[in-house]
Amino acid sequence: MIPELGHFALALAVAIAFAQGVVGIFGPSLQDPRALVAAPALACSHFLAIAAAFAALVWAGVVSDFTVENIADFSSAAVPLMYRISGVWGNHDGSILLWCLILSLCGLAVALFGGELPASLRARVLGVLGLVSGGFLLFTLTVSDPFTRLWPPPLDGAGMNPILQDPGLAFHPPILYTGYVGFSVAFAFAIAALIEGKVDAAFGRWVRPWALVSWCFLTSGIALGSWWSYYTLGWGGYWFWDPVENASLLPWLTGTALLHCAIVVEKREALKAWTVLLAIATFSLSLTGTFLVRSGILNSVHSFAAAPDQGLFILALLGLTIGGSLLLFAIRAPVLAAAGIYAPISRESALVLNNVFLCAIAAVVFTGTLYPPFANLLFGIQLSVGAPFFNQTVLPLAVPIIITMAFGPLLAWKRADFYPVVQRLYLAGGVAAVVFLAVAANRHIIAALGLAGGAWVVAAGFTDLAQRVKLFHMPLGQSTARFFALPRAAIGAAVGHIGFGITVLGIAGMTLAVQSVVVLQPGQSTRLGGYVWTLTGMHDAPGPNFTQRVADITVADNNGIFLHLHPARRFFAAQKTITNDAAIHTNGFQDLYAVFAAEPAGGGAELRLNDHPMAPEIWLGGLIMAFGGFLSLSDRRLRVGAPARKKAALKKQTDAVAT
Amino acid sequence: MRTPKKRRLYLVLACGLCFSAAVALSLAAFSSSLTYFLSPRQVVAKPPAPGQSFRLGGVVEAGSVATTLAGETPTTHFVVTDGRAAVNVTFTGVLPDLFREGQAVVAIGSMGPRGSFVADEVLAKHGAAYMPKDVEQSLKEAGKWDPKFGPPPDANSWNTMQVKAGS
Repeated sequence: MIPELGHFALALAVAIAFAQGVVGIFGPSLQDPRALVAAPALACSHFLAIAAAFAALVWAGVVSDFTVENIADFSSAAVPLMYRISGVWGNHDGSILLWCLILSLCGLAVALFGGELPASLRARVLGVLGLVSGGFLLFTLTVSDPFTRLWPPPLDGAGMNPILQDPGLAFHPPILYTGYVGFSVAFAFAIAALIEGKVDAAFGRWVRPWALVSWCFLTSGIALGSWWSYYTLGWGGYWFWDPVENASLLPWLTGTALLHCAIVVEKREALKAWTVLLAIATFSLSLTGTFLVRSGILNSVHSFAAAPDQGLFILALLGLTIGGSLLLFAIRAPVLAAAGIYAPISRESALVLNNVFLCAIAAVVFTGTLYPPFANLLFGIQLSVGAPFFNQTVLPLAVPIIITMAFGPLLAWKRADFYPVVQRLYLAGGVAAVVFLAVAANRHIIAALGLAGGAWVVAAGFTDLAQRVKLFHMPLGQSTARFFALPRAAIGAAVGHIGFGITVLGIAGMTLAVQSVVVLQPGQSTRLGGYVWTLTGMHDAPGPNFTQRVADITVADNNGIFLHLHPARRFFAAQKTITNDAAIHTNGFQDLYAVFAAEPAGGGAELRLNDHPMAPEIWLGGLIMAFGGFLSLSDRRLRVGAPARKKAALKKQTDAVAT
Repeated sequence: MRTPKKRRLYLVLACGLCFSAAVALSLAAFSSSLTYFLSPRQVVAKPPAPGQSFRLGGVVEAGSVATTLAGETPTTHFVVTDGRAAVNVTFTGVLPDLFREGQAVVAIGSMGPRGSFVADEVLAKHGAAYMPKDVEQSLKEAGKWDPKFGPPPDANSWNTMQVKAGS
């Protein structure tokens, strides 16, 4: 009965979503105040309906209702409770329902917190969100229904893919989806602004917090996903340049660009059309990323299996959403005249440069990801674009970003002098040079360049903060007071940049990683990375829904044994699959990583041992970036939402005084 | 210096420079690092030059997997077949958990000196019943399996399939 209720709630949600779309978009032109109030109310009920449907599916998962095909296929009674819940979004149909739930949550947030928006704009934003949501709900209801019943029900479910039974994966999709879907609000604002024909400083002020929230979630989602693949898949890497990963990187790149140029719109009323285009592009890439990969058009390691009719439906939806919004942009963009004028050397120019490079990287990644399926479609050749392509194209384009990133925050708006800024970065340059020389002395030129770049960005971030609080130019107590008086957005930006620098450090450090694959008999040892790794023995151990074989490894340096590692091979009887549980020891700056690969016929254990310098910094940097974003979000000026124009002008003056 | 026209010129110049750099980089990378997918039949018919990287896809022939130890380092030898031709593969490193005889795999690497394929990486898909798209297509072309007529043949029957050199 509960699944039927869920199914009904889903059908209800489709109807409400389309009503919200029509009332929201066309209501404001009716000049009827009731139409303006209806949209937020519909958005609330829209959310309630989807939440009910989602709760019904989760309930079916928790009680292991195997009459629901989705649960029978992807869960089993032996799966622990947490994974019975997370398993609901671990498959195609359920993940799309989660996607719709988050989209409706965004609508709810606009309805609840958008009180200060002009009523017609709020209605139109909600209308756009409603239409998008309606399209995908219709898709869920018609071709990928998660509530399909199964008769006769099996005694037990087919079980869950053991790789997915991991806490990292329980949280990864919701966070990542919040990131993807959050950009729908920026998109809806852009479309609504195009319909109204008005993009001004207030537009930047509204779009930026939304873009920032989703950017934070997307950043942590990507970091979490990369960390998950690092420690569960046991392959010793963190980024595969797989289509699914690229699909999450693309909206991140354009979303980062959007974040930066929304500042220009807000402060200087320039780059309006470009910002609107970026908002459209970011959400379009999020859609493409989520659905093109899942439609089976892109051949990926982690695509869900999907039926061909789903692929067509998704293509049609994507075409309508992306094509429609770009068409609207083409018609209405000429209305958006730029106001602010700036010199070639200014904060605005630095931000434009940032945008240009980010978009160039996005274009390159987009080409590399989509060329193979198109080559197959058009020329019938099967080829693939792997890591070498992306490394050769993305890394050179990232170099100018890393170099100029240090200058941007120090430049003044409108017109800046270059040489004083260069002078202020002497220290950061010195740090980078020292790092480069120290590492290059060991003949690792690539790693030295990367580490120097990371150190440059981190040092420049700290320089930015130190300059703002006039550190060492006044008593320490006064500097501290100044620090707490700084706008949080300024601190957040510096923290975000520092986080990026730390990620660069981690990625560069990983190029120094060493690994070896060895077969050891108990008692034998091998040398790697200056340590002696000894296999002391192997034993069996029980687990909740698996049995495992554990290898005991000790690692010793010159001072003796300092570490015990226990990599395991887990056997899941339900799926007859074996997974590797890698043993990772980290001290914050280095990972020692061991995988128990196999038990060869000749006895002993086949092990892969890795020494990964700086690996933890990759994800730490991602989290710091997201933290910087949240800091910036907590800025009072953003929280106020949309202050009246007069107030904004006043703020601008006080800002000018502050900086 | 600050007239809108000049400003636009700077912008266009900067964008143009950057995007031409991106295009140049992509083209250079495309010419050197595109990897083609080849089936064992194609490899046997027209062996690629040694050192040229490509992806070899097919099914691991049952009974062909053997591991030798050079010191402590294990090397795995196996045969990848599409039912009409077979290629010897050597791989040093950790095989994926789903790697087993009769399983569809994609190996990335290049031809070694003695006509065998030296893999740098071996991929097997999540899910034992899953057939990688390119392998599926090459099996179809070899006439060994068509998804229209049901699931792929049983893993154990692959070693009784006739393996003939050439196409």
